[in-house]
Amino acid sequence: MSLVVVPTGTANTASIFAALRRLGADPVTAGDRTQVDTADRVVLPGVGSFGAAMSEIDRRGLREALAKRVEEGRPTLAVCVGMQLLAATSEESTGVDGLSVIEGEVRRFPGTVRVPQMGWNRVTVPGSGIRFLTDGWAYFANSYRMVDVPRGWAGASTDHGGSFVAAIERGDVLACQFHPELSGPWGSGVLARWLGRAT
Amino acid sequence: MLAKRVVPCLDIDSGRVVKGVRFSGLRDAGDPVESAAVYEAQGADEVILLDVSATPQGRAGNLEVVSAVREVLSIPLTVGGGVRDTDDVARLLTAGADKVGINTAAVERPELIAEVSMRFGAQCTVVAVDAAARNGGWEVVVRSGAERTGFDAIEWCSKAAALGAGELLLTSWDRDGTGDGYELDLVAQVAEAVSVPVIASGGAAGSAHMIEAFQAGASAALIASILHDGLSTVDLLKRDLLAAGVEVRP
Repeated sequence: MSLVVVPTGTANTASIFAALRRLGADPVTAGDRTQVDTADRVVLPGVGSFGAAMSEIDRRGLREALAKRVEEGRPTLAVCVGMQLLAATSEESTGVDGLSVIEGEVRRFPGTVRVPQMGWNRVTVPGSGIRFLTDGWAYFANSYRMVDVPRGWAGASTDHGGSFVAAIERGDVLACQFHPELSGPWGSGVLARWLGRAT
Repeated sequence: MLAKRVVPCLDIDSGRVVKGVRFSGLRDAGDPVESAAVYEAQGADEVILLDVSATPQGRAGNLEVVSAVREVLSIPLTVGGGVRDTDDVARLLTAGADKVGINTAAVERPELIAEVSMRFGAQCTVVAVDAAARNGGWEVVVRSGAERTGFDAIEWCSKAAALGAGELLLTSWDRDGTGDGYELDLVAQVAEAVSVPVIASGGAAGSAHMIEAFQAGASAALIASILHDGLSTVDLLKRDLLAAGVEVRP
């Protein structure tokens, strides 16, 4: 099984690599269009800002390959900013076009709560349509989020200054606002189910 | 609702965990990888590694220790000590840190906070502030407390947050390692002055002190000596916190 982590910028992918390796997977970094198109599984990690990540994706010519994977429901995991990139726009980087494969806008948390949201928060899943997620505590580190689950997707929710989207899934695509790789044994379970490994 | 965090801190010197009182008289407190794994298993919400001899010795932090801890840890890892520029930050992130703490270098050149935040994001930019009581307020001290700066700690925290810090690690120099409890007025005034999360540090001897820090406005409570010296465990502390009505991750 080929498992590819897309390099979307300068920051840390060590944690997601370590987490996937602990589950027996063998992730490699690959930023080439063909690799992203043909890999069995692709991880779009949460790195830097919305604008910086999109500009790296465009520089590498990965926009269409990534959008196509998500639209076709092929095994893809998007984490934190990676999830936000699926939307069309973000308040974080106005004027930048995201991958535009889900409906909804990415907006900053309200001023009534501490921002960034930094720490563990409770994730609640709906009764049906969910394969990878369960109720539990997840680690978040974000200033922006989506408020509504996009049409056609199943989503889990969390509260920080009001309800927001903790994660969404459709087909074999899982997009998490939280960091499963930093969410302890619960996060490891989410990754294992997405990898198709029994837990 | 976002849970309050219990955050063990490992002070590292020459690859070993150490702990002192007011940043001095360091004694050996074990192997960092082993300690980090034990604290995660006990329910720690994240782990902080501070290379306490890096800045005094004029070198960057110990990357091997960071990588080794990363391999075993499935919770967030913050690393500080000896960070001089954005390249130091990049090296620590590549080695496996999720957040990087900047202290002395930020005081000497505050724009560094903005540079790190712009390049890597506010969520991984932690500004560590060591504050010593003076004239009814608090003054920022650097170089592991060896040097006073003349900066007012509350003003410096506000400035750090405005420059792009995503979190403040606020240590009371007077309370560090003493077990006398957190400097609650300091925690309260900083938490009031900034909208980013504040980690209270210095002086915890038990859950009662941690409850006080959370009531004062801290988002997270750092603990070190009580764990290293075997006086308590994260799960026992969290049990007390839950019983007192503090929302923590069970």
